[in-house]
Amino acid sequence: MNLNYTTPEFIILRDLQKCNNCGLCVKNCSFEAHYYSKHQRVESNSAKCVNCHYCVATCPKKALAIKKHPLEFRHNSYWTESAIKDIYKQASTGGILLTGMGTDREYPIYWDKILLNASQVTNPSIDPLREPMELRTFLGTKPGKLELDKTNNLSELMPPQLELQIPVVFAGMSFGSISYNAFKALAIAAHKAGIYFNTGEGGLHKDFYEFASHAIVQVASGRFGVNQEYLENSAAVEIKIGQGAKPGIGGHLPGKKVGEEVSKTRMIPLGSDAISPAPHHDIYSIEDLRQLIFAIKEATEYKKPVLVKIAAVHNVAAIASGIVRAGADIIVIDGFRAGTGAAPTRIRDNVGIPIELAIASVDERLKEEGIRKHVSIIASGGIRNSSDVVKAIALGADAVAIATAALIAMGCHMCQKCYTGKCNWGITTQDPELTKRLDPDKASQRLLNLLRAWSLEIKEMLGGMGINAIESLKGNRLMLRGVGLNETELKILGISHAGQ
Amino acid sequence: MKTIEARGMHYRELNNLIRKYYQNGIKKFLLKGVNGQRYIGSGIKGSPHLTIEGTPGNDLAAFSSGISIAIKGNAQDAVGNTMNDGKIVIHGHAGDAVGHSMRGGRIYIKSYAGYRVGIHMKEYQDQIPVIIIGGKAGDFLGEYMAGGVIILLGLDVEKDEELLGSYCGTGMHGGVMYIRGNIPSYKLAKEVKTASTTEEDLDFLKDCLSDYCSIMNLDLNKVMAKPFTKLYPYNKRPYGKLYAY
Ligand code: SF4
Repeated sequence: MNLNYTTPEFIILRDLQKCNNCGLCVKNCSFEAHYYSKHQRVESNSAKCVNCHYCVATCPKKALAIKKHPLEFRHNSYWTESAIKDIYKQASTGGILLTGMGTDREYPIYWDKILLNASQVTNPSIDPLREPMELRTFLGTKPGKLELDKTNNLSELMPPQLELQIPVVFAGMSFGSISYNAFKALAIAAHKAGIYFNTGEGGLHKDFYEFASHAIVQVASGRFGVNQEYLENSAAVEIKIGQGAKPGIGGHLPGKKVGEEVSKTRMIPLGSDAISPAPHHDIYSIEDLRQLIFAIKEATEYKKPVLVKIAAVHNVAAIASGIVRAGADIIVIDGFRAGTGAAPTRIRDNVGIPIELAIASVDERLKEEGIRKHVSIIASGGIRNSSDVVKAIALGADAVAIATAALIAMGCHMCQKCYTGKCNWGITTQDPELTKRLDPDKASQRLLNLLRAWSLEIKEMLGGMGINAIESLKGNRLMLRGVGLNETELKILGISHAGQ
Repeated sequence: MKTIEARGMHYRELNNLIRKYYQNGIKKFLLKGVNGQRYIGSGIKGSPHLTIEGTPGNDLAAFSSGISIAIKGNAQDAVGNTMNDGKIVIHGHAGDAVGHSMRGGRIYIKSYAGYRVGIHMKEYQDQIPVIIIGGKAGDFLGEYMAGGVIILLGLDVEKDEELLGSYCGTGMHGGVMYIRGNIPSYKLAKEVKTASTTEEDLDFLKDCLSDYCSIMNLDLNKVMAKPFTKLYPYNKRPYGKLYAY
């Protein structure tokens, strides 16, 4: 007998009094956790359930529930259930463990150990409902000084800037890792909200050229879909060096996800693997990075800001300094909690550093070196809500990028199975039947709602601090206090402890 | 034909001049005294023809789409980086990473080329890029190659010299290379298979090489007289079995 060592993670509970055997769950579950028995009864196979809630949400009789499986291993705080199950899986497949979304491990969450200030007595707070509150943010190199000509006009041209109506952009998510409809929803929402979406390394489908004025197009190591036309159909170009979910490694989009539309967009043959090497093979140094930055500037006639995206790693401050000197207009720093469509579990869970510490140390270092104004900083990797945004900006970022939060707004239930391509919510899949489940108009409206809600909240928090422009919050660490942080952490964050 | 004296000129100014004249209807340019300017020809829409005297710098015609360039001299690194279409003829030798990620067009090199030539070349539909190297090539020829064609002739290689470096075709998962002569198997990466050429291959080679030979003033029959070794990947998905799903 072929013994299966793996035991189910979840258990599907079917209320037989409510279930009328309609079979919608059988039809809906791409993981095939529901099926018809020999006797045409709908039954469930808990072993296949990923707990994505799609069947629960769509069951017309509300007959389904899913729970963590009650089966327990003997308690052991070292050899935990996941440690044991990972070994079973590798012993039976011999493969690298894959996962989706950001790390779910219990590392410290610095956002939750930082508190914001508010005005009392000495400095009046501002009521954002009655008084103007400026969230508009410009990203790009700022000139060191302003020179006026005889007619009192600026004599130097302003370097190109990205104008954001709220200091949030969508982080790079490729068409290929996410579905056509998910991509479209992000593009529509960015366009309507006056922010930007980012193509990831998957190219820009011609259908989306109409949103080009709100597109940040990526040039990654695989150079998929990159040509002159692509660079032109953009607001800015991002050189992707690394990402927080898998710093230092490349990626492989398996051929089975390269359908007709993805093939057109990436400009690679149908069904072929898209292999992104770990490094760019024309960048082995800061000087080489400068060469690519200026190749892109030359190819776009210096009309577009060039972003460089890196994962937050140990020497992030020194690396960021090099990137500024290489000529980048904007640096994107992606913390270790960043999500992804597919990453090796061990890399996702063990490589990189928290974004909070990275922002603070980069901002500090660039200020020390007198080059902070040469660059804007976008912080990303696990931004969950508007207070994370406010804290990120007070630590020194100019804006943040969100991806996981945006997908959750569209219906993602964080089952972490994106890498399978079977996302029941139609988000991280290329299966036309599943993609259909996501209505791009409705999804973009949900994204717009989220952005609106966050901007209202950000204004409330700013007003409370007596600040009426997001610009005045940038790097304003006096507005932050730590709770339960040690000396080193406080020093790196550049903040005092609460009570001080 | 517009002649531009490029000696000492910044690349930005040089490209701007070409762009400006090209928009005014001039199609042919002679760039004299070129001495290391990078990015010549990148970001110029349309299909101008440049003749370059001197040595252009890195990233010549990067991201270009349809430009045609003849260099009376040598070229440096990353010629035709991420190029989509066009033709670059180098009447000399070229540096490293020629044709990095190129997706279309042709690059002809008269003499030798450096490391990692044709790295991550691709192809898409009727866009099949071709690189022809008259001399020898350095290590990692055709690394990560996902499509396109590399032809290595070794014409000026002395008897005791090596035709190409090591690790040829590392990570190759598409496209094809034709090497004139034999390659010791230790030079080949594990992803690469060898075969002798078929009729079809020879027709294709003849087709590519007749253009090359007429430009470089070579006798096609002599070039074709020596047998070629064909290199192609074992597998279109070299990393397909890495993961536990
Ligand atoms: S995008 Fe889909 S597959 Fe990925 S975590 Fe969310 S619901 Fe699951």
